[in-house]
Amino acid sequence: MTLSIRDVAFILAFGMAAAGAARADDLATYSLTLKNHRFTPTEIHVPSGKPFFIIVTNQDDTADEFEMSNPAIEKVIPPGDQGKVRMRPLGPGRFPFFGDFHRETAQGVIVSE
Amino acid sequence: MLAALIIVFREVFEAGLVVGVVLAATRGIAGRGFWVSAGLVGGLAGACLVAAFAGQIAGLFQGSGQETLNAAVLLIAVAMLGWHNAWMASHGRELASNLKAVGRDVAEGRRPLTALAVVCGVAVLREGSEVVLFLYGVAAGGGATAIDIVVGGALGILGGSLVSALLYLGLIAIPLRYLFGALTTLIMLLAAGLAAQAVNFLQQGGWLEAWSDPIWDTSAILSQDSILGRILHTLIGYMDQPTGMQLIAYAATILAMLALMQAAGMSTRQRRASSASAAS
Repeated sequence: MTLSIRDVAFILAFGMAAAGAARADDLATYSLTLKNHRFTPTEIHVPSGKPFFIIVTNQDDTADEFEMSNPAIEKVIPPGDQGKVRMRPLGPGRFPFFGDFHRETAQGVIVSE
Repeated sequence: MLAALIIVFREVFEAGLVVGVVLAATRGIAGRGFWVSAGLVGGLAGACLVAAFAGQIAGLFQGSGQETLNAAVLLIAVAMLGWHNAWMASHGRELASNLKAVGRDVAEGRRPLTALAVVCGVAVLREGSEVVLFLYGVAAGGGATAIDIVVGGALGILGGSLVSALLYLGLIAIPLRYLFGALTTLIMLLAAGLAAQAVNFLQQGGWLEAWSDPIWDTSAILSQDSILGRILHTLIGYMDQPTGMQLIAYAATILAMLALMQAAGMSTRQRRASSASAAS
């Protein structure tokens, strides 16, 4: 058996088939601003158990990457641009985030309560 | 300079691990230098494009463009790795047992090389676009002098390439009779890990919502942020907090690849058996 493009396409389709999920967009939205490689505010409070959006506005003239290890999130935000991060419902607790390109200063935490 | 060095090294190192595996898997195949280089150059060009249009890409799919692109690119790599392993299952035995077969079908021999070139390209594209954005930002922002960035970036690339070379040398030190099996397994786990990463991006992009909670947390034992954690994450898809869907994708990829290899190996045996009976 030699694999044809069709087979490869099938494998791809198999992977994407699982992906046709509904996309609700009427969610609570929290804003973060990145300036001088620091987040403002450094702490956002969200209700537990509800999905939400974080909109990160990068006011620096360098790119940064909004990143969290739990839940695993990485989103590159070009200079002067915005990134919309979709967050799954969180259990109660503190969930740190950081700017991966400026880790020393760009830090904050989501408090889910 | 240190910031540039660390970030460039981290990204190049992850791409370098993938390239190291590909180089080991293509050892002895004519023309691999060309194909691997083509993959690297293509990936680099793609990385610059992705970086240049980062803003536009991010705006697609209601703000999930970046996640969607990452997931799609990762799934292409998974498909290519699956293709390679299936091809090896159907032709590898011939290549190993019958030297004449090696020269027999150059066109066919090239096929897994194309797949692996794409895998290299995808690895470079993904990690490279971040490097380009980062370095461009540092250069434009004047946060560091140009010489710092050049030196930091060059050292990062050098370090990442060294990792790639070490992995390659380590792999080809495996005795030849085990190498085939070892690489097949490694490529399978690499693909499974990439599929799990793709699921993460699909979940982050809102395409996939089911089972998005972590099943366990081993970050206290081995953090995915540590050097070893990163190596294992890239090579075999180690995750310190895998979600249910990521585990399913990981297992499904392994099962699908095993089934594909089984089917590919079986049809080769049948073909050989029928041509042998026709000859007698």
